[in-house]
Amino acid sequence: MSEVLNVPTMAECMAEGRQPEILFWVGSAGSYDDRAKKITKAFVKILNKANVDFAVLGTEESCTGDVAKRAGNEFLFQMQAVTNIEVLNAYQVKRIVTACPHSYNTLKNEYPQLGGQYKVQHHTEFINELIKSGRLTIEGENTFKGKRVTFHDPCYLGRANEVYEAPRALLQTLGVELVEMKRHRKTALCCGAGGAQMFKEPEKGDKDINVLRTEDALQTQPNIIATGCPYCNTMMTDGVKAKEKENEITVLDVAELIANAQ
Amino acid sequence: MEYLPNILFAIILVAGIGYFAKNVKKLIRNIKLGRDVDVSDNKSERFKNMAMIALGQSKMVRRPIAGILHIIVYLGFIIINIEVLEIIIDGLFGTHRIFSGIGATYGVLIGTFEVLALLVFVAVIIFWIRRNVIKLKRFWKSEMTAWPKNDGNFILYFEMVLMTLFLVMNATDVHFQTMNSGNVISQFIVPWFNGLSEGTLHLIERSTWWLHIVGILVFLNYLYFSKHLHILLAFPNTYYAKLTPKGQLNNLESVTKEVKMMMDPNVDPFAAPPEGAEAAMPEKFGASDVQDLNWVQLLNAYTCTECGRCTSECPANLTGKKLSPRKIMMDTRDRLEEVGKNIDANGGEFKDDGKQLLGDYISNEELWACTTCNACVEACPVSIDPLSIILEMRRYLVMEQSAAPTELNTMMTNIENNGAPWPYNQMDRLNWKDE
Repeated sequence: MSEVLNVPTMAECMAEGRQPEILFWVGSAGSYDDRAKKITKAFVKILNKANVDFAVLGTEESCTGDVAKRAGNEFLFQMQAVTNIEVLNAYQVKRIVTACPHSYNTLKNEYPQLGGQYKVQHHTEFINELIKSGRLTIEGENTFKGKRVTFHDPCYLGRANEVYEAPRALLQTLGVELVEMKRHRKTALCCGAGGAQMFKEPEKGDKDINVLRTEDALQTQPNIIATGCPYCNTMMTDGVKAKEKENEITVLDVAELIANAQ
Repeated sequence: MEYLPNILFAIILVAGIGYFAKNVKKLIRNIKLGRDVDVSDNKSERFKNMAMIALGQSKMVRRPIAGILHIIVYLGFIIINIEVLEIIIDGLFGTHRIFSGIGATYGVLIGTFEVLALLVFVAVIIFWIRRNVIKLKRFWKSEMTAWPKNDGNFILYFEMVLMTLFLVMNATDVHFQTMNSGNVISQFIVPWFNGLSEGTLHLIERSTWWLHIVGILVFLNYLYFSKHLHILLAFPNTYYAKLTPKGQLNNLESVTKEVKMMMDPNVDPFAAPPEGAEAAMPEKFGASDVQDLNWVQLLNAYTCTECGRCTSECPANLTGKKLSPRKIMMDTRDRLEEVGKNIDANGGEFKDDGKQLLGDYISNEELWACTTCNACVEACPVSIDPLSIILEMRRYLVMEQSAAPTELNTMMTNIENNGAPWPYNQMDRLNWKDE
């Protein structure tokens, strides 16, 4: 991305004596994973375009602990949670937006009991708000109009928190031809990365979960597989490669579609 | 001698209900072996869930064929059992069709029962065909052999026999047939018995009457030993089910206490416990056996009717891994029953039998295959939560035994050291901005 991104940190805002409207929680994948970093930048591009007053924690951010909790390490999870909550509360954060459904779920559902109470939104929910309030406009005639797109529901956005509409509403705004997989929304199949699977080899079986899910997607004969989670993105991208379809089908985050719709 | 049938009936009735009550007590005792959990909140929402999901069968119809057939059997079961009331009164007082005096309404009632009985019979036949002829995949998974497989079929045979007895009883009841009201189905069965003397007909009618009521009592007592307990437990199970978002996993309070203490600069970690205070045994983290689970999880296990909708939507199972959420529930119940029998045999106290749920029933391989995607929880028609049991057992493996797969240990070490599951420096967290 050639243009310069404006990414203020909470520390800078505090030094300037101002409180940003939202905190963008980047998450570990969004910070370090090469593919996920592109999603992070796409979302920042949207935030910049809509003149959203936001900030990130930068080097003060730490893993939410989601993956440790789901691996069974409640100690590590709560240590991470309590540490993050101390930072967030010190900055008096009220609203958090994140592009990672795992961070979203943990911050929204598992932090409140430990003293961290914030309004938490997934980036697809937030972008919808920007469009509704007129802060962000999408060209009717854009690059993606009429493209066949199927949306893969991330488990931690969909079933876990019942956010099914927000990403789809954005796709509708782009005017794409949205084609649903046989298993979608409540019955969507997992990409295979949740519950700490991202960080380990799968148990013995006869197939990889991401390949099975990619087959679901391929049945809809899409140009684009859209999703809203950095882990799902990795798994589906690998699945498309395994099926040798990477020249015909791209896997993109909904934020990337919005950011790059010219 | 005149009252012999009445007395015999009373004895069978009391014995049937008495034995069932005894097993219900055992069931409650076993469920209470679980840890306590507070589910006294949000009563109205809980009642609503029970009304919609258990009474209203709302999640059953997500699979329309099985759902509609199930509703037929369910309605038939409840409504036809009104007839049992008449049977009990007749049996105890030696009357015959005591309610027939109420006039036309009686005909409407029995007519409804007859139609339902036929529908139930047909539905049960279709269920049997799905299981044994079409061999639907979810009924033929590796955990569905031996008893679980037979159990499923026995229930269907029971229902076929009970419905047949009911219709034949009506068909051979000369008095009822002459009333010619309500015999909507049984009138077509009458010709099968043409040419038999009235005495023989009466004998058949009495036999079916007795077999019908005895059959119902046997079926009632069969429940405790069968997956069929769901017809009762679906109600409390949907009532006590989780109300928070599916993605929200509980925060262990025992851990919170320790973490808060670690983070509190005012706590002296070397302080001696106050004088006289018992050195409290630290609570075990996670679950290795059924007593470590909470009682709602144990209720879940007894409620499971092994339909396999969970397993048929589990990504791990669909890709050939060992994990089957249904098996997690079946194992939990089997182990709980084993613990219960152990307590019975040892005068009310559990004697260590060298076995536990983890390892002897559920393997590490199954537990680590879970993606925590909640597909099983979403699929369950009676709100069972297999994921919560998997998580508790992972907690035990990691926090009590440090027995996580190596790659996960690496991931956790990374979080401890750099605040990310990957080995990158925390100071590089914002590098993406300038790349």
